[in-house]
Amino acid sequence: MQGLPLLSLAIWVPIVAGIAVLFTGGDRNASAARMIALLGAVLGFAVAVPLYTGFDPQQGGFQFGELKPWIETFNINYHLGIDGMSLLLILLNSFTTILVVAAAWEVIQTRVAQYMAAFLVLSGLMNGVFSALDAMLFYVFFEATLIPMFIIIGVWGGPNRVYAAMKFFLYTLLGSLLSLVALIVLYNAAGGSFAFADLYRTPLSMVLQVFVFIAFFMAFAVKVPMWPVHTWLPDAHVEAPTGGSVVLAAVMLKLGGYGFLRLSLPIVPDASIHLAPAVIALSLIAVVYIGLVALVQTDMKKLIAYSSISHMGFVTLGIFLFNAQGVEGAIIQMISHGFVSGALFLCVGVLYDRMHSRQIADYGGVAGRMPVFAALFMLFAMSNAGLPGTSGFVGEFLVIMGAVKVNFWFAFAAAVTLITGAAYTLWMYKREMFGAVANDHVAELKDINIREFLILGALALLTLVMGVWPQPFAEVLHVSVSELLAHVSYSKLPVQ
Amino acid sequence: MTEMQKLYLLVPLAPLAGAVIAGLFGWAIGRRAAHVVTILGMAVCLAASFLVYRDVMAGNVFNGPVYTWLVSGNIRFEIGFLIDPLSATMMMVVSFVSLMVHIYTIGYMADDPGYQRFFSYISLFTFSMLMLVMSNNFLQLFFGWEAVGLVSYLLIGFWYTRPTAIYANLKAFLVNRVGDFGFLLGIALVLMYFGTLDYAAVFANAGRLAGNSIELVPGTEWSLITVICILLFIGAMGKSAQFPLHVWLPDSMEGPTPISALIHAATMVTAGIFMVARMSPLFELSEAALSFVLVIGAITAFFMALIATVQYDIKRVVAYSTLSQLGYMTMALGASAYSAAIFHLFTHAFFKAVLFLGAGSVIIAMHHQQDMRRMGGLAKYMPVTYLTVLIGAIANAGLPPFAGFFSKETIVEALHHATVPGAGFAYALAVAGVFVGGFYSFRLVFYAFHGRERFADPHHPDVVAADAEAKAAAQHDDHGHDDHHDDHGAGKPHESPWVVTFPLVMLAIPSVAAGWLIGGFVYGNYFGSAITVNPAHTAMAVMAQNFHGVLGMMGHALGTLPFWLAVAGAGTAWFLYIVRPKLPGRLRRRWGAVVTILMEKYGLDRFNDWFFAGGARALGTGLWKGGDVAVIDNVMVNGTARLVGWFAVVVRHVQSGYIYHYAFAMIIGVLLLLTLAYSG
Repeated sequence: MQGLPLLSLAIWVPIVAGIAVLFTGGDRNASAARMIALLGAVLGFAVAVPLYTGFDPQQGGFQFGELKPWIETFNINYHLGIDGMSLLLILLNSFTTILVVAAAWEVIQTRVAQYMAAFLVLSGLMNGVFSALDAMLFYVFFEATLIPMFIIIGVWGGPNRVYAAMKFFLYTLLGSLLSLVALIVLYNAAGGSFAFADLYRTPLSMVLQVFVFIAFFMAFAVKVPMWPVHTWLPDAHVEAPTGGSVVLAAVMLKLGGYGFLRLSLPIVPDASIHLAPAVIALSLIAVVYIGLVALVQTDMKKLIAYSSISHMGFVTLGIFLFNAQGVEGAIIQMISHGFVSGALFLCVGVLYDRMHSRQIADYGGVAGRMPVFAALFMLFAMSNAGLPGTSGFVGEFLVIMGAVKVNFWFAFAAAVTLITGAAYTLWMYKREMFGAVANDHVAELKDINIREFLILGALALLTLVMGVWPQPFAEVLHVSVSELLAHVSYSKLPVQ
Repeated sequence: MTEMQKLYLLVPLAPLAGAVIAGLFGWAIGRRAAHVVTILGMAVCLAASFLVYRDVMAGNVFNGPVYTWLVSGNIRFEIGFLIDPLSATMMMVVSFVSLMVHIYTIGYMADDPGYQRFFSYISLFTFSMLMLVMSNNFLQLFFGWEAVGLVSYLLIGFWYTRPTAIYANLKAFLVNRVGDFGFLLGIALVLMYFGTLDYAAVFANAGRLAGNSIELVPGTEWSLITVICILLFIGAMGKSAQFPLHVWLPDSMEGPTPISALIHAATMVTAGIFMVARMSPLFELSEAALSFVLVIGAITAFFMALIATVQYDIKRVVAYSTLSQLGYMTMALGASAYSAAIFHLFTHAFFKAVLFLGAGSVIIAMHHQQDMRRMGGLAKYMPVTYLTVLIGAIANAGLPPFAGFFSKETIVEALHHATVPGAGFAYALAVAGVFVGGFYSFRLVFYAFHGRERFADPHHPDVVAADAEAKAAAQHDDHGHDDHHDDHGAGKPHESPWVVTFPLVMLAIPSVAAGWLIGGFVYGNYFGSAITVNPAHTAMAVMAQNFHGVLGMMGHALGTLPFWLAVAGAGTAWFLYIVRPKLPGRLRRRWGAVVTILMEKYGLDRFNDWFFAGGARALGTGLWKGGDVAVIDNVMVNGTARLVGWFAVVVRHVQSGYIYHYAFAMIIGVLLLLTLAYSG
């Protein structure tokens, strides 16, 4: 494996596979498109695995580096490399791609090739975001991920897809443009470099730091999404096809959290510390307020979307606590949320494919008809409710442990999720799965097939393993996180 | 790993293996194999627990890690075991009662389609509970704590088509989560101030931090240890069903009876008691926390016992009696009488399991009828059940020489000697509660097993009243009670099969005799260093000096008020339900208001439904419609959209299918901007 440009492979294998899928043509060759897509996704994951096995958790800095000039006039480089944080997200992304390709197998029957291609390309682009070490390269990948997601929602989405896509667009555009300006400002300040390593070193005045922070914040907060710029997410989820929701929740939202970790904190540490109370306040509002809003949703996808926002509140809270438990908890929460929210959207997909309804009220008594599905869904629901022994607990636990060190009441507000998270998840589960059989459609339901079982079973296994033994996930993080915290603790204000 | 360490692992892993096999492969191996494999797992577990217990009693205490769960920053979170007299005792109780309940289940669940699932759940429960009691750190304690909550949730809702069952299990989980909310914050404070979650390290440093205070509200100083202890105790209030977080326990009776015995009486609900005893080195440093514990326990012990006196559902009587007994244990903790609390936990596990399993045996005989108004005169039809329930009731009432007498009497005595603020209040309620306990225990025995055979007489006023009530309830919420009744008069009840009566007898024996161990258990150095008592809390030390053996204690009791109150309670029940059986009905009408308050459980359920459940939904709707939709979407998002002129153009483009164009245009725009910025 030594010498192979693994990161480039992780980016370009899915993209090339995606383009190859497009060449299969129309839906006459749909089965070929599916096979190629699955192959591409599996290959994409296969090239990501050696990143973990070959990763040295004791070593600081970035590993698996690749550096080639791209636009030499502006000193923009194709510069790749990963640390522990990027590593986990790349693995999550590559793994999720296999699941969405498999999940679409029989469900998507129109424009199959295009559908598969969009997901593969998206997967490659997101790996690009997670491995870019050049700010402009990061930016291009970051923005480019929008295109496939637009297409996924716009083409395979529900009836109100245009509104949803536009809302997504409007939110994102504002943040993106400002952060581009911020990057250019940074480029000048760093004496003509977009390299993260240079930006991390560049001293900046507080005024400039605050401007850059806000510009980045606009882009990343929308992606996370944080309250109050979150309202695009429920609409996008409701309209998106199952695969779109899965990737959106499991991976795309993490671009925001990753942005904070890779750009905001190390580049403008003083502004980050200065503005942390505001970010923490917004995060806690997300946890509590959104938790209550989730409780009263009648549409399953909206409920899980709001639950996502509430859980992502833990990510931003953890990051801006600036201690090891907080930041590591935030990253673990991102990975776990990838498994659990992805699984929950897949569960909704399983039900939707059979009943063509997302309304909780149309269900009831499903457990008796679909016992295997009920058991798996229960595991994911419990993990979403943060049950110890499942992955959902680990991140929340660490963030609460980190929060109490900063302020008892931060931990207090965050811990409210113990109650609200259980309430909205289990109440939804109760109304859908328990009780008497609600109607004839439910009475005719068939349990999940082998394909669905393997997809959900794989996620169930990961959820349990990560809950019982999170150490293999956490151990790659320690050095990266302590380096990040060292960056934050070192003021970049110019010496007077 | 030494041989003993292998045994430690075997104790929780044997039930886990049974649970996994019965749960995942139950469909393949069938019913018989499912119960064989889980019972085998439990038998191994009990045998291993016994060997461990013997080893611990020989003086071999173990404290060590099993594996590292997670390292974060400079903190290691370990999974590990602390095997000392306290955990070894709990292991014995849990594995013994669990094995008996496993055997009993063969009979009780014989016709249930979810047979394998049930065995899987109860074995999984046993695993979780053992991990909880064997833990050597707060994290694993919390794991077990929540895991037993999960299994309790699954088992209360075992009959998941019944609306009452799935209401009760959600309620149980959420109320417990309120407790866990406090518990987790307590753990967070421990981690923050001690830098570790390992019991030994925390307890060793507790004294050093006793003087620390924290400022929760600016300008107010709180003792750190008090805050930690009260937060941890809030967790115990959820799990051990202490007022006002007790509301889930009576409803948990919707689950099958074997789990009412195992989880909601003998083991899980005692986790809070165990936890506080385990934390004695912390609680002993805070008078305020002990006082809080004491008062909460006193309220629970007395006021829940009162509710038991008016219930008709045989399981609910036992459930409220459990609440009351848990209150006694909690009071003992507050009085620093930890050994007495654990002793009562120990004896209670047996006699309460007998009462529940006996009630279950009656329920089988009555074709799943639980209303005592439809019973009566069952003693001659089911002699084994009758005798064992009678033993359980005498023990529960606290009459010598049965097990409950020794433990309850010790608690009352300890309260008498206690000096923490609130001890007088607690003592008064505890003594009054003894009368109530005597009454409701014997009311159950006389009402269900003696007197007229009402099950054969559909025109008996009690049966008519029960029918009318059931009908009203069915109309009111259309709940699935239909599989409950319509069976009276369908033949004579008969004794249950041996798989049911065998566990009853096995549990009845310690219900008689377990109390005789008091000398070593409570007054000897049984717990060693597992329990710490502040020398200033002298209650137990004084009592130890006055203790002169089992017979001496019984003789002494004859001259004390609690004994005569228990006798008076039993006598009152005899008078009301044997001598003058028409009198209770008349009294109920005369005291209508009081009875209504008790039947309404002091209105707490209504209040919680209205204030917390309703309030959360109203708040959620308000924030959603008012915040997300009205302000953020309509004013901010769409308003911005309207203000920005080009938005309309964009919309037109997108709506005419140019979404790709726009997305690509954006990227091109980025590159253009870039070029523009640097062309000059």
